Amino acid sequence: MSGALPATELAIETTGLTKRFGHQTAVDGIDLAVPHGSVFGFLGPNGSGKTTTIRVMLGLAAATSGYVRVLGQDMPASLRDVLPRVGALIEGPAFYPFLSGTANLQRFDTADRHASSATRRARVNQALDRVGLSHAAGKKVRAYSLGMKQRLGIANALLMPRELLVLDEPTNGLDPQGTREVRSLVRSLAAEGTTVFVSSHLLAEVEQICTHAAVMSAGKLVAQGTVDELRRVGLAHVKVQTPDTEDAGRVLQRLGLAPEPPHSNNDGGSTVRAPLADHTVAPESIVAALVAEGVRVRGFAVESSSLEDRFVALTGEGFDVVQ
Amino acid sequence: MLAALAAVPVLIALAVRLSSRDPGPGQGPPFLDRVSQNGLFIALTGMVVSIPLFLPLTVSVAAGDTIAGEAGHGTLRYLLAAPAGRVRLLAVKYAAAVVFCLAAALSVATAGVLIGSALFDVGPITLLSGDTISVGESLLRLFLVACYVGLSLLGLAAIGLFISTLTEVPVGAMAATAVLAVVSQILDNLPQLEWLHPWLFSHHWLGFADLLRQPISWDSFAANGLLQGGYIVVFCGLAYSRFATKDVLS
Repeated sequence: MSGALPATELAIETTGLTKRFGHQTAVDGIDLAVPHGSVFGFLGPNGSGKTTTIRVMLGLAAATSGYVRVLGQDMPASLRDVLPRVGALIEGPAFYPFLSGTANLQRFDTADRHASSATRRARVNQALDRVGLSHAAGKKVRAYSLGMKQRLGIANALLMPRELLVLDEPTNGLDPQGTREVRSLVRSLAAEGTTVFVSSHLLAEVEQICTHAAVMSAGKLVAQGTVDELRRVGLAHVKVQTPDTEDAGRVLQRLGLAPEPPHSNNDGGSTVRAPLADHTVAPESIVAALVAEGVRVRGFAVESSSLEDRFVALTGEGFDVVQ
Repeated sequence: MLAALAAVPVLIALAVRLSSRDPGPGQGPPFLDRVSQNGLFIALTGMVVSIPLFLPLTVSVAAGDTIAGEAGHGTLRYLLAAPAGRVRLLAVKYAAAVVFCLAAALSVATAGVLIGSALFDVGPITLLSGDTISVGESLLRLFLVACYVGLSLLGLAAIGLFISTLTEVPVGAMAATAVLAVVSQILDNLPQLEWLHPWLFSHHWLGFADLLRQPISWDSFAANGLLQGGYIVVFCGLAYSRFATKDVLS
């Protein structure tokens, strides 16, 4: 677990962070450890406390108890020193609809006392260029599509060189091209050494761009570590495609595996799946045993567990997500 | 909003100009009967007409929108994350409201002078004390009256700022502030509550008559300044104590 790293190497660190609203506990004693230079995926179903955590991290809301350190300094005590080094997209973009994209960014930049007014115009143009919005810079934000607003929100986070970027659902409302662009943007920022903290419920997203991840469920942190670590916790499966499902099942059982009930494919055959514990049986010996028993093997694969399996295992299935 | 305010003296001037008979003495709002002899009085009439409702209403809109408007747009969280600094944001917002108060009063006065001089004769003015002053001197007096009226509204603006920190719905803050302005004036008219009157922020609103005497009596100006200053200290303090620790969840 990355929590073992020395504190100085953590971009974000929370200790027993708790936030209550009346009787409702939105965030319940979480210990986050976001290493410097990582792309950190902050996962959790809607309403699991991700955005509240981000608000407390950025000093917008006060923690009920617990501590937050961002870039090595206590929040919210060192808010003035920390926030200029942090770019943020918080719970979706928000702008003045009656101003143009450029005017909006200039206004937010003016709010930051550390931002030099001499370089403002150049920095705003650069940020707009980076998210591909230069062509719509002069348009009123009222006329922007959801995806354009989202990009403008990301541009706002990039107005200054940042050490840490906090992006809450950055690909919300973006089309596939936009999503790809955000992915490559995050990668290029990470390559420059920026720590990126991405909250999302899109697991494929996180799996593709993140080095580390944490999973929230009902206000609690239920898992944290590198993405590989998280994935490894889940079991791999063997998948046998065959018309002889009963024989295949028997063979797998003899080898000490626990096959799941088969389900039929479109091509007339069926698939038998069985969880494969680490290194108990070599996959090739499974195939050999199947063939020796006369099972017609049409396909065979070992699937490592995806982050999605892990996520669902941790947070619940379908609409039964723990609230 | 400034344009709407400027329309008040214009409307009055047009009404007086286009109607066939002059208003008799004591008819209509104060100074109306003097308008056809001296256009400068349009500015004073406009001011007196605007003070009870129109000016406080626009100030309520401007002050009620300060923080709640940002919260309503969702931009408050980005301003604070920039970081704008909570105290700095409050200070800038109140400063903008102060500028609006002065601009509102000045735009009524300016529009009154312009339309008055365009439609009527302009000449020396006879003051309440009986002395006559030149046109230049009367413009200066008008400017002083506008400053007095602008100053009168600062307390209301501070109340609006405080209410604005309580909500994320700007219209709610605006309406609440406007209601308070009306309630204060009603209370100021109830003789049974005489002990309360000196403490009401609207108590000196129409008290600019002292500026129309020779020599100028500054007593009411000072009393008004003191009262408004008190309201500013109390309500900006309340706004600060509320906003400095508020969870911004919009």
